[in-house]
Amino acid sequence: MWDYTPIVKDHFLNPRNVGDIADADAIGEVGSLACGDALKLYIKLDENKDKIVDAKFQTFGCASAIASSSALTEMVKGKTLDEALAISNQEIADFLGGLPEEKMHCSVMGQEALEVAIFKYRGMEVPEHDAEHDHGHAYPEYEGTLVCKCFGITDTFLKKVIETNKLTTAEQVTHFTKAGGACGSCIPKIKALIAEVLGQATAAGSGKPKLSNLKKMQLVQEVLERDVRPMLRADGGDLELIDMDGDNVQIAFRKACSGCASSGNTARFVETKLRELVYDGLRVQEVSQ
Amino acid sequence: MIETYLDNNATTKVDEAVFEEMRPYFCELYGNPSSMHFFGGQVQAKVNEARKRVAALLGASADEIIFTACGTESDNSAIRSALEVQPDRRHIITSRVEHPAVLTQCRNLTLKGYRVTEIGVDGAGRLDMEEYKNALDEDTAIVSFMWANNETGVIFPVEEAADMAKSKGALFHTDAVQAVGKIPINMATSKIDMLSLSGHKLHAPKGIGCLYLRKGTPFRPFMVGGHQEKSRRAGTENAAAIIALGKACQLAGDAMETENTVVKGMRDRLQSALMSAIPHSRINGDGAERLPNTTSIAFEFVEGEAILMLLSELGICASSGSACTSGSLEPSHVLRAMGVPFTCAHGSIRFSLSRFTTNDEIDTVIREMPKIIERLRMMSPFGREHLKG
Repeated sequence: MWDYTPIVKDHFLNPRNVGDIADADAIGEVGSLACGDALKLYIKLDENKDKIVDAKFQTFGCASAIASSSALTEMVKGKTLDEALAISNQEIADFLGGLPEEKMHCSVMGQEALEVAIFKYRGMEVPEHDAEHDHGHAYPEYEGTLVCKCFGITDTFLKKVIETNKLTTAEQVTHFTKAGGACGSCIPKIKALIAEVLGQATAAGSGKPKLSNLKKMQLVQEVLERDVRPMLRADGGDLELIDMDGDNVQIAFRKACSGCASSGNTARFVETKLRELVYDGLRVQEVSQ
Repeated sequence: MIETYLDNNATTKVDEAVFEEMRPYFCELYGNPSSMHFFGGQVQAKVNEARKRVAALLGASADEIIFTACGTESDNSAIRSALEVQPDRRHIITSRVEHPAVLTQCRNLTLKGYRVTEIGVDGAGRLDMEEYKNALDEDTAIVSFMWANNETGVIFPVEEAADMAKSKGALFHTDAVQAVGKIPINMATSKIDMLSLSGHKLHAPKGIGCLYLRKGTPFRPFMVGGHQEKSRRAGTENAAAIIALGKACQLAGDAMETENTVVKGMRDRLQSALMSAIPHSRINGDGAERLPNTTSIAFEFVEGEAILMLLSELGICASSGSACTSGSLEPSHVLRAMGVPFTCAHGSIRFSLSRFTTNDEIDTVIREMPKIIERLRMMSPFGREHLKG
């Protein structure tokens, strides 16, 4: 059984805003019967056509698809169209207290329906949605080459989801978009897309100026003060930065950490934090001073 | 909350008489059946009795029974053995609707150079015997067809299929995990070489299964080591569970008539009530011969996981062929192979009964199910469209 949060269960059992809006300003439809889930979102704007005053939905799908739709309608109310467009699928999942990773595609579906509705309202050309077959996101923003034929998903859309959710494996991409989840023949292509997006990210990362020793020292101190020492103090321990020799960070444990049997683990934790937040060439050495 | 348990094809309640039978073999009579002392000897006597009881339910002899850990182990052992003992034959025949315990193994074997033919089924889930006949050849090492399908309950003519396999010199295995205890089985009059069964589907505990191996059938063990099970399955016997399985088989034999009259009657009442109360629904496998305890019903325009969650809120346990319940994204391979349209496949619910099912439980589902489907259809864009028209 899925481990749904109480908020997911609540929004599934007592969904908010089910139905339609007869004079809706914007309607967004995604998904299909073939895909196994589909969402039709109705949006009503205020007199100035500025803020969203009402939103309703109809959803065909599992419990988390219904809960994500319900959450979405609650989240957009009172927002301007631009504010609504800025809602990410992760924010929908967060609103629900999280979704199982296999169900993240439900939050992506909500975010997509919102985009389709707003793009259509703004007069961008959106192809007729074929609810029997299409996945429904083949609109101009996401034109591109079809990657997953089973669910009708393009490379442009996949790259967007990979990038915004920082996905690193084909399995994750399937959980977030369904792509690759049926026949699986597009998985090599999905892996290539991940490599492409990651490659761009690394290229951007390596563009960073090399840290000077002074800057490195400053950053290490910052991270130790902000991310490490408060945690150690919470357990009655502490540490002190003794010196830096190139990439070697020398630390000494204090209070409860000093002489603690698991200080080796603590040192590794400090190293992981520093590598993550400062620079991945750093090494942590414990010294006795 | 009163529990309504209609998911007996997933697993069953351990019969209390079965539990009582196995109870002494944990803390008191814990001897190793292989030991050369009275303490192990009395356990061995009970294991032998269990072997006879299992054999009796199958119309087999006791030395044709090999105890295993589960149905999956039995399936894996049977297919691997058949290939090892006939190294010149490189072809496997199975069906598109097998349990993953068979299907995954066969598909993996294609990577080792075996040719695998998966025989299709018609819209009612019946095996395509013509396709099977054409696929059989002198290269076929093993044919493995399930006796009854776990999702739809559709029964395959495995005895006829076994005769056809034997005429080409191939071995025949059947995954009878869902059939044993629900319909009469008599290995004495059949040509089936190997049969798998699983304890927890017939009111014995989880973690015990059995492979029937016809006398004279060449066999290579999957588990090697000690001499247990006449060196056909090494590993210390799970004595308590074996004793439980023996008792469960004895009780299943006693209840066979109940299963096919009382249980079947409740199943028929459930499915006809739901079909008449809920428009846009259909029985998967309707028209085919089916197990007396199983019904799989497709409800259009709604999704199975949502149905199960709402049922679960009311204490009702069933299962679904929908994609969302399995973590996969495609609806059940069984329903797809039957050509069940996507509009129905996503909303298919399986109810599976047992001799412990009560009429009250059936009434509960008949009362609640129409409301649940209506509620979800009113929420679904497709349901609203179709119900308006």
